[in-house]
Amino acid sequence: MTASSTTATPPAAASPVSRRPARRSVRPGSKVAYAYVAPFFLVFAAFSLYPWLDTAWVSLHNVRLTSYDKQTWVGLDNYRNLFTNEFFYNALRNTISIGIISTVPQLCLALGIAHLLNYRLRGRTFFRVAMLMPYATSLAAATVIFLELFDANLGIVNWGLHLLHLPQPDWQGSKWPSQVAISAIITWRWTGYNALIYLAGMQAIDSALYEAAAIDGASRWQQFRYVTLPGLRPTILFTIVVSTIGAAQLFGEPLLYHNGIPNGGTAGQYQTLGLLMYQQGWTNDRLGLAAATAWTMFAIIVLAVLTNLFLARRRERKVGGPALPVVAGPAALEVTR
Amino acid sequence: MTSTVTPGAAVTSGPAPRGTDGGGATARGKVVRGKPMQAGPFTYLILVVVTLISVFPLYYTIVMASHTNAEMAASTPPLLPNGSLFGNISKAFELAPLNKGLVNSLIVAGCVTLGTVAFCTLAGFAFAKLRFRGSNLLLGLCIGTMMVPMQMGIIPLYMLMAKFGFAGHLQSVILPTLVTAFGVFFMRQYLASAVPDELIEAGYVDGAGTFRIFCSIVLPAARPAMSVLAMLTFLTAWNDFFWPLIALSSQNPTVQVSFQSLATGYAPEQSIIMAGTLYGTIPVLIVFALLGRQIVGGIMQGAVKG
Repeated sequence: MTASSTTATPPAAASPVSRRPARRSVRPGSKVAYAYVAPFFLVFAAFSLYPWLDTAWVSLHNVRLTSYDKQTWVGLDNYRNLFTNEFFYNALRNTISIGIISTVPQLCLALGIAHLLNYRLRGRTFFRVAMLMPYATSLAAATVIFLELFDANLGIVNWGLHLLHLPQPDWQGSKWPSQVAISAIITWRWTGYNALIYLAGMQAIDSALYEAAAIDGASRWQQFRYVTLPGLRPTILFTIVVSTIGAAQLFGEPLLYHNGIPNGGTAGQYQTLGLLMYQQGWTNDRLGLAAATAWTMFAIIVLAVLTNLFLARRRERKVGGPALPVVAGPAALEVTR
Repeated sequence: MTSTVTPGAAVTSGPAPRGTDGGGATARGKVVRGKPMQAGPFTYLILVVVTLISVFPLYYTIVMASHTNAEMAASTPPLLPNGSLFGNISKAFELAPLNKGLVNSLIVAGCVTLGTVAFCTLAGFAFAKLRFRGSNLLLGLCIGTMMVPMQMGIIPLYMLMAKFGFAGHLQSVILPTLVTAFGVFFMRQYLASAVPDELIEAGYVDGAGTFRIFCSIVLPAARPAMSVLAMLTFLTAWNDFFWPLIALSSQNPTVQVSFQSLATGYAPEQSIIMAGTLYGTIPVLIVFALLGRQIVGGIMQGAVKG
């Protein structure tokens, strides 16, 4: 009854015992393998590794776009500047608050939707594809579209609220409404995608567990609570980590939400760290400061991910569930953008 | 074990290399007795609502793009499309080089997809089936980098491109995204289980070189995973915004970057912005409608791999 599992059994399990020594003698030396990984690592070293390290170097200097070769050493001044700057803390607070508003409801919704998609359905493929349409819509297009939907005067959102006799907030100018609107864009684009990830995780759960639970008289809710959720824990942790990384580098939505001006709204009400870094570097021409921001962001991401893993591990030790997850999803593509 | 290796053998004797959307669909039929319960009307109701919310912004884009601005400003906004669509699109062409953007996006996404699939399949094969010193370290390095934000490298990267004279040209966007760590990991996970070690050994015994084995055993078996990786990479490259925005100018943009000139133009008009956005988005939505099943399958397959 493990038909729902999509992972194939590794062939090693069924093979004869004498295989291992044979393989060692048959396979040629290891040198040729480097030729196969070389293209990847050459591109990676030139366009990822070198820039990352150089960013650290730049962050210790005073650098301008026009005179990139004339860098003057300033030590930790850029970091000192950053940490004593109100703009940084504003952006940090906004990144965290938008991150929470955009991630928590999104993942809860995705979990619920995945649960429904896991029923036997007519038009299953239709629902799945339709829910993935927002994912296929680009960040730029989605933001431009939502900007018009949330327009304070002409937008259809406020028209609907007007019909319902509800207050019509200024989705652009006021702090919380604008953050909610930006979070709505993110939630719209990613909920269906995460629902599919959860659905895949649910289908990998051994259905014998459900049968056993049903025999023991567990209700649907209890089955969800005590079979589905524990089985999904590695997947959930994976989506939380990926969403955290994505939220920490939020950039495009707040940029386009203010028509491409990188100040995060007239009062910086939705300025994020990613956007601040762009503003420092490309608008204010202070590359050293921008580089310091970039490394600070990286530190924050590592810290956030480690916190997630730590909390998950502690919880798991309490519950006695599986160890750390090794799940990868295409979301990782988005992360490495 | 020692039979001559042919491309066909790799496919048929591999342990069930899945089709792009095999898993969920076939598994479903067999599990009927077990968990998946028949959905009730309430389930359908919620799913329909969710579907409407997913599609509505796209539908309303068509509505907005097909009216004049004056019509959109009416006290009751229109809910059905109207006739001004083509007029608005041609006005949008004056604001932003949309056609150039589409062609550029096609070139960029095409090159990036080819490069990513080729390089990641090569590296994934080495990590899955060849043994060499430092392979674990290199793979760990590769996976660890998925955590590094794009922002980390853009300043030196921009300078590097400027030094090469690539700034403003498509090479500057293509080169850095030519490989992804995810792609390597994805191909490694797939090939580790889709190609039996025995088959590769048989190839060596028969005197085939590693490259010959890669071409005639691994490539045919890897095809389903390669097409999944290709679709996901293409979509990601097509929709990429941050780095193209920095590397390219508004005269030679990808389509995503050209959206920005629509919205930042002097006195932007809602209908024209929407018409331009619609025009630039429709190609990928059409492709998505055609390949939607496969993309859904690919995402779900990627989620349980590993």
